[in-house]
Amino acid sequence: MSDSEITRRQLLVGGALVGAACVTGAAALHDGALGAPPRTIKGAVPWREGTADVPPMVQGTAYRFFTAGEQAFIEPAIDRLIPPDETGPSASQANVHVFLDHQLAGAFGRGDHFYLGGPWPKGTPEQGYQSRLSPAQLYRTAIPAVEAYVRDQHAGKTFKELGAAEQDVVLRALESGEAKLSGADGKSFFDMFLQNVLEGYFSDPIYGGNKDMAAWKMIGFPGAHYDYREWVSRHGERVPYLTVGIKGRPGWSQG
Amino acid sequence: MATNLPAVDAVLAGFGWTGAILGQQLCDAGLNVVALERGAWRDTPTDFATTFAQDELRYMWRHHLFQNLAYDTLTIRNRTDQEALPMRHLGSFLLGTGVGGAGVHWNAQIWRFLESDLKAYTHNLQRYGKAAVSAYDMTIQDYPLSWDEIEPHYEAFDKLCGTSGRAGNLKGVIQDGGNPFEGPRSAEYPNPPMAMPYGPTLFAKAAREKGYQPFPHPTGNVSRPYTNPLGAQLGQCTYCGFCEKFGCGNYSKATAQTTILPYLMMKTNFTLRTESEVLKVETTADGKRATGVTYVNSAGEEFFQPAQIVILSAYVLQNVRLMLLSKIGKPYDPHSGEGVVGKNYAYQTMGSVNVFFEDKIMNPFIGAGALATVVDEFNGDNFDHTGLGFIGGGYIAQLHTGGRPIEMIYTPQGIPKWGTEWKRAAARNYLRAVNISCHGSVMAHRGNYLDLDPTYRDSFGRPMLRMTFDFSDNELKMSRYLVDKAADIALAMEGVSAVKKNYRTGSWSVVPYQTTHNTGGTMMGDNPTQSVVNKYLQSWDVDNLFVMGSGAFPQNAGYNPTGTVAALAYHSADAIKNQYLKSPGPLVRA
Repeated sequence: MSDSEITRRQLLVGGALVGAACVTGAAALHDGALGAPPRTIKGAVPWREGTADVPPMVQGTAYRFFTAGEQAFIEPAIDRLIPPDETGPSASQANVHVFLDHQLAGAFGRGDHFYLGGPWPKGTPEQGYQSRLSPAQLYRTAIPAVEAYVRDQHAGKTFKELGAAEQDVVLRALESGEAKLSGADGKSFFDMFLQNVLEGYFSDPIYGGNKDMAAWKMIGFPGAHYDYREWVSRHGERVPYLTVGIKGRPGWSQG
Repeated sequence: MATNLPAVDAVLAGFGWTGAILGQQLCDAGLNVVALERGAWRDTPTDFATTFAQDELRYMWRHHLFQNLAYDTLTIRNRTDQEALPMRHLGSFLLGTGVGGAGVHWNAQIWRFLESDLKAYTHNLQRYGKAAVSAYDMTIQDYPLSWDEIEPHYEAFDKLCGTSGRAGNLKGVIQDGGNPFEGPRSAEYPNPPMAMPYGPTLFAKAAREKGYQPFPHPTGNVSRPYTNPLGAQLGQCTYCGFCEKFGCGNYSKATAQTTILPYLMMKTNFTLRTESEVLKVETTADGKRATGVTYVNSAGEEFFQPAQIVILSAYVLQNVRLMLLSKIGKPYDPHSGEGVVGKNYAYQTMGSVNVFFEDKIMNPFIGAGALATVVDEFNGDNFDHTGLGFIGGGYIAQLHTGGRPIEMIYTPQGIPKWGTEWKRAAARNYLRAVNISCHGSVMAHRGNYLDLDPTYRDSFGRPMLRMTFDFSDNELKMSRYLVDKAADIALAMEGVSAVKKNYRTGSWSVVPYQTTHNTGGTMMGDNPTQSVVNKYLQSWDVDNLFVMGSGAFPQNAGYNPTGTVAALAYHSADAIKNQYLKSPGPLVRA
């Protein structure tokens, strides 16, 4: 797959070229998004070449979503959720901030696959996410609210200026719902934030995190292999396969 | 204004498992059939090839194969005195869309219900008395068909899928190594069981030492190359661990794509229209006959498709909503107890036990959707419930579905969810832990039902479906019992160092994933005052309307529903072909 095709797919996901895609006869939008033309299929299996639904790939590490102020919260906060130690990389060492940034700048950030229509009563915990905000809007609203909470609790300091133990206290207060933020639901934010950090740490490297597949190597997950028939009955043995991602591994695929 | 289309013999609303089965059966009978599917065409090399299918983020967490809630969702609440709010993000269940439906991303766990499950009311009444079947506001009913009536259709689905397993009861003779509790099977499974990894092997050994009779999970992940009766070829499963919640790139998982579509799509009397959502079943002025369906496509064009037979073959939640929107059948009222459409919504009660090993490498990533050994001693009425305070049960399985690291890292009791302690526990335990599932039934209760939401509307302006559901103490006690039994087996597994019991407690929550086994709402029965359809899935009110799917279940058993959903579809197709076409009208006299 060429870089220009990757770029085109990313733009498609971004919605910018949906109209043009229909005109040029591009593939259906595979994930149920509106914009695919209706089709009548009769007497054949309608396979078409060049339409494989390959995933988009993150290019580069420059920030495109987080502002400088947001970066000052995100970078230290992700390293409290997954700190550096001898076990494996910290979240930032695994480029989780790059993953978050690209996710929030893209379809996930815009609330793809979320229902955000109103009205918006608060609801019970069992009713789950009940904000009218997309994930990008939630991060954008919640991070300054967390910083305001920190300033209030810690004599004007920012989250970044706190010690690690104080940062953990703030995060635990968000997690438990004890921290009452102004204009944002701290627990909804924390739940999404922690989930997204784990996603960035353990997802395929094409999404910008899990740098060098180090998080997979840390736990012993061999990655995107698709055939373990030789190993299913070899009980208790370590599978010696080298770790691979969808794009292969360094030295094997130049991508 | 809708454009009128040429009439067809039968129209299918929805094109997943049941749509494909009915399409194949009716086209083979010579009918001219049109299927309407709201989602897109999907095939293996285009949509889930092995070169990119192993992608946990995209498929599981970004819902790439699932229903997009931005366009269609439902509202949820636990009790009638609460305000139902939209399910804004998928969690508890993962709805499908597109050709193949949720049958693309299912595990392919293929079960048959127990004979006693089909007679849940009379069986439990006779064995435990009136209080047992009326406690907790229970509204359970019998299925209106016998084991002998349904068994040939279970068999047809097994042959279609190439189900891999070992019979436990062959024509009434109990077989070593299979499930001794199952109803008599007319034939051995088409394929032998899959090879078992370490965890299921240790689980089976411990279970045998406890006196149980473990057996390999019956599975539609085929254990060897297989050609089904339609000539479709499946390839041997490679244990990649990306099966449940994913499409199979290897043609190893039984789906509409791998078992039926290569045959059906070539038939000249079959037409599929994708990106076409059915809005309503149209009826004659007296409401007694369906004239066809109105649908709208993704270009916003509206059509009326006339048909002699209308078949609702969407997912259960859509089928129930279409019945309500089309005003067919009497809607259920939980306060008076009257009405039937939407009644007896049920689900599944899931518990689990995490099992940790000090020195054993379990390789959790070697997985498949139904790769497990199972103990069925505590399912249905396979055990004496006297004094337990509940009815129903479930199977207990050490299931190796995969080791996808965002979802499936188990850490011991007391470990926090983040920070250094979590990180070290994750790194330590990923390769050394397995999970035991406790897959429990949900009985029907007066307050659990489906109706139309008074406030929220979908992108077509139609009322959303409203789900009112909670676990009763019957379910919570049952699940606790299963989890304790599972933990007893876990503690007997060789080399075990710790177990963590995950009881199901409190109210049902939409947040954590549990299972996509929603049932009820168009239940089958013996008479129109207590059911929506007869045993052939034919509407009591509109005799040329047939309603497929798990909506037919009066309550849900302790097994995955798809085997029974498919068997009921074959049973219905058989009645349409051999009875209804010869003499259109009610197949059962009310």
